[in-house]
Amino acid sequence: MEKGNTTAFNSPPVRFLLRAALPGSYANFFGRKLIRFLLTIQGLGAFALITLGVLLTKFRRSSRVTFPLAFHEVSRGGLRLLPMFLFMAAALGLVVIGQTVSWLTRVGAINYMGTVMVIVVVRELGPMVGALLVLARVGTANVVELGTARALGEVEALEALGIDPIHYLVAPRVFGMAVAIFCLTVYLILGALISGFLWAFIQNVPLRPGDYFSQLAGSLSWLDFALVALKTALFGFIISIVTCYHGLAQPLRLEEVSHATVRAVSQSVIACVLLDALFIVIYLVL
Amino acid sequence: MNEPMPILSPAALDMQGVATGSMRDPNSMVVEEVQWTVTSGDFWVIGGLQGSGKSDFLLMTAGLTAPLRGTYLFFGQPMPLFEEHELRERLRLGIVFDGGQLFNHLTVSENVALPLRYHRNLGPAEAGPELAQMLSICELQPYADSTPGALARNWQKRVGLARALMVRPEVLLLDNPLAGLDLRHRAWWLGLLGQLSKGHPWMNGRPVTLIVTADDLRPWRLWARQFAMLKNKRLVILGSWDQLESAGDEMVQELLAIAPADV
Repeated sequence: MEKGNTTAFNSPPVRFLLRAALPGSYANFFGRKLIRFLLTIQGLGAFALITLGVLLTKFRRSSRVTFPLAFHEVSRGGLRLLPMFLFMAAALGLVVIGQTVSWLTRVGAINYMGTVMVIVVVRELGPMVGALLVLARVGTANVVELGTARALGEVEALEALGIDPIHYLVAPRVFGMAVAIFCLTVYLILGALISGFLWAFIQNVPLRPGDYFSQLAGSLSWLDFALVALKTALFGFIISIVTCYHGLAQPLRLEEVSHATVRAVSQSVIACVLLDALFIVIYLVL
Repeated sequence: MNEPMPILSPAALDMQGVATGSMRDPNSMVVEEVQWTVTSGDFWVIGGLQGSGKSDFLLMTAGLTAPLRGTYLFFGQPMPLFEEHELRERLRLGIVFDGGQLFNHLTVSENVALPLRYHRNLGPAEAGPELAQMLSICELQPYADSTPGALARNWQKRVGLARALMVRPEVLLLDNPLAGLDLRHRAWWLGLLGQLSKGHPWMNGRPVTLIVTADDLRPWRLWARQFAMLKNKRLVILGSWDQLESAGDEMVQELLAIAPADV
């Protein structure tokens, strides 16, 4: 009996349960996570509101200093990424067409190719891929630059000079990233639609360019243009707010910059996915 | 008739019962019970060992952190001044940081011109004449197009001084300006601060109120008019150099004996 009991208590599930923390500790763990999550939401919300306030009230203030900064951000987040985006556009067209065209041909639904491209590329993949690429290339740089500036005391130096760090450091980045993601997504979508046709042409799909583009035009509505513009601008706003918040809003030491970058990237991705889900609901409702 | 009367205060700075938190941890108190009045044109040196809270106290004096307790008036206005309409008052005070705290993405000339361009909304060309004058005063012309990372500490500190002086502050705070400088640069700093205290042409001859922190008081003997030190979380007013020398305080003797030699 004793031996049997010993064996039962030594079984892997029981050993796991014995090693596991008590339920109170789990509550503690999840409670802390929840409180941290709520505090982050509060901090990000406050930071976004402050930034919006600064953008609206100080838009023309010191324009000869801040406008060049905003143009620089548009260039950094947009123009310089154009070659990479054109490559991604070609790849996106291949991925979508390569996967769908054989199936559409098999079921005799090749006339829906344009519609598929609009739904997949224009509404979903284009804006999302654009946002994630800009996050990877520019958003991470934002956190590192601002975090380093914060850790080295440059933000205090700005305040000491009477320069609002939100106005000087954040507002140009927010404006630049919103414009950049919108523009790049337009290029990405156009590139993917054209490359999609080229890949279809290579695969000998019996589809004339005129038919393909009339399918596209027939599938697009004014709502697509409006929502893509709004969605990409909001992606830019969210990514820049999250990355600037993690670089700037909290006191940082240099060794914490890498952790802040990781946090900013994961929160930006989550925020973008949630925003995308919201837009899917809007598409379904409208 | 109904306009509010301006608060008449001869004091540039007036602290009553002020306590300061640390910049890194605002809730941990580093200096408390400060009773201190600085009149316009004064030249103060605040001594203290490293870690005594000099920088935190100076940052609070600059209005970058709020006092934890007490009343702090800057030309009669309660500090810190953060509101947009208080900007003019705020710009009456400048600070030079220990490490320069320069903007690493800008060149020396862009760093120096930034406050002027931002507050007056000027293009680079319009800020040029005043920028050139300031670069000349601080002997920074050869480094105008360099980035701060390419400069030695001696010159980084000068860039920090030039940037702070661009808006012509009436009160200038300097955090350990002589730390890490060679003798030539020390002599230059003491000379320029002496001129600013008496009335430099850049300031149209108006004396600048100077507050300097230091971990060695001896270089300031011929220049500063008032001395104080931070000891046991208190600001101890020592008075003039003669009073300082006659004080039997152990830490004062320590602060006077740190440096191997006077400049």
